[in-house]
Amino acid sequence: MTMLESAVGVSAATSVDMSTDLGGAVLPSPMMTASGCAANGRELHRFLDLRELGAFVTKTVMAQPRSGRGTPRMAETPSGMLNSIGLQGPGIDAFVTKDLAWLRSVGARVLVSIAGNTSGEFADVAARLRASDAFDCVVGVEVNISCPNVANRGLVFACDPLASGKTVALVREQLPRDIPIFAKLTPDVTDLVSIAQAAVKAGADGLTMVNTLLGMVIDTDLLRPQVAGVTGGLSGPAIRPVAVRAIWQVRAAMLEGRLPRVPIIGVGGVRTGRDALELVAAGASAVQVGTAAFNDPGAPARVGRELQSLLAERGFARFSDAVGVAHERIA
Amino acid sequence: MTAGVVQVNGELIATRRAGAYHHLTFVAPGLAEHARPGQFVALTVGGPTAATLLRRCFSIHRVSPSGTYGGTVDVVVSAKGAGTQWLTALRAHDETDIVGPLGRPFPLPTEPVPCVLVGGGYGSAPLFWLAEALRERGCAVHLVLGAATEARLFGVVEGRRCADTVTVTTDDGSLGHRGWVSDVLPGVIRDSGAAVVYGCGPMGMLRSVTEVAAAEGAVAQVAVEESMACGVGVCMTCVLPVRGNDGLTRMVRSCVEGPVFRGDRVRWDAFSDGLCRVPADAVGAPRAGGH
Repeated sequence: MTMLESAVGVSAATSVDMSTDLGGAVLPSPMMTASGCAANGRELHRFLDLRELGAFVTKTVMAQPRSGRGTPRMAETPSGMLNSIGLQGPGIDAFVTKDLAWLRSVGARVLVSIAGNTSGEFADVAARLRASDAFDCVVGVEVNISCPNVANRGLVFACDPLASGKTVALVREQLPRDIPIFAKLTPDVTDLVSIAQAAVKAGADGLTMVNTLLGMVIDTDLLRPQVAGVTGGLSGPAIRPVAVRAIWQVRAAMLEGRLPRVPIIGVGGVRTGRDALELVAAGASAVQVGTAAFNDPGAPARVGRELQSLLAERGFARFSDAVGVAHERIA
Repeated sequence: MTAGVVQVNGELIATRRAGAYHHLTFVAPGLAEHARPGQFVALTVGGPTAATLLRRCFSIHRVSPSGTYGGTVDVVVSAKGAGTQWLTALRAHDETDIVGPLGRPFPLPTEPVPCVLVGGGYGSAPLFWLAEALRERGCAVHLVLGAATEARLFGVVEGRRCADTVTVTTDDGSLGHRGWVSDVLPGVIRDSGAAVVYGCGPMGMLRSVTEVAAAEGAVAQVAVEESMACGVGVCMTCVLPVRGNDGLTRMVRSCVEGPVFRGDRVRWDAFSDGLCRVPADAVGAPRAGGH
């Protein structure tokens, strides 16, 4: 490569417009952390500037402080891991005064992940978030109706269209119209599109797909479950094809008019810019990097730079032109 | 929060057997300058596309801020799984990604008091560096090293160079006293008049070190060994129940709030049969039905 070509390559990459519109929230970059894989920002800020991300996604917060489960809490699996944390967190009041205030102080745009044991608790958490002093750094709320590490295990809200719709509707009522809410869905369902339809109909401005898959590992020395919570959530590159499929199915349903066109935040097994591009081509308007950050704490920002270069190489002037492009390229 | 943490591509410059273990030296620019005894490093294994995604965390054996190759960091590895086997199979000039220094170091006494340092197996790795730091402050240092067999001891010779006394135990009696470190520890604390006992090794050993230290009127500072996925504070897997200054027990991350804790603050009652349960009185503990 000559110096001139090299210089052209660099300027082409930096000239790709990476901005993305997520239900009214226009972000300078599609890259995000994934909930539960980045704590609440201070730790990763040592390795990357959180402002470089489109949004920082917080660890799911509930109404009350929560210890999480006992240990062992994780097992390494081929190209991934099983986790059974149990939504450990400080509770919404401590979260807004300590964590959200800190994120605001460093200039991060924040997507706050919330959960509750009941639909009412989801709404209560949203209301207390809205009332907080640091709320102006919030660019959206992710409604975690699909964490597998709850007492009823696989029977999460997101397995039931009615429960999903009710929870989303109650959260929507508590937040200003200009704050988009995203329902986080599990692929562990028979008909993902029907859950997506229920969430959007109830007022979700977008969808985050996918949460971890419910899984299990047995310790073959002790011949007992390896994590203390018995089952856990499977994440990492091993599940990426599941994420691509889920995004593809829901995007296809939107293109067919079976549900309104809303932005999809893609998440699941993204480790490189190439992986991110797969999710984008399937229909993701933003990409979260989760488990890969355990391997490389700088990954959420690095993947964004790699994605920008790949888009430039493929001749895209705007990130948004690549969203869902694979749907146009099948017979 | 740890200051001065770096993420660097570490080139292996030396690897050698040490009994049942491997002793590895990596070039790690910018890491050695900030490291203190008790802190650890998190290494990737298997290369950039490997299926083993999680970092392996190792207590820092020692650092050298300015060698021939620049700053270096030494770790001791027991090749017991796929990741550690990959590390011990590395050859000179191979590279892996290193993050560190991580965690809180052993607190050092302000007065030149006698100290006992207890290491189980290769858990002794950070104690020689700690011993040197203590002796620079005028503390007498008494080392107790224990393991199942002679081959699973680490650093007996090195210990004789950097400690005033060295006491060795093995389960099978292949070197030193037959038995456990907790068998000899009361005598070592009493004879030395130690005010502080530092421990690093398996959780069961740290619990007995804490109990013996308390019985002898000494403070225990223990570096815990919890399995970690990230090492940097984001995965929430390496938690254990620890009582805070306010008397309340919380599930805290050993990677950022530890790995060194005062032994009497750790809720040893929660550990049994390879599991750690959340104490019922912990902040946010599961109610009936669980989380």
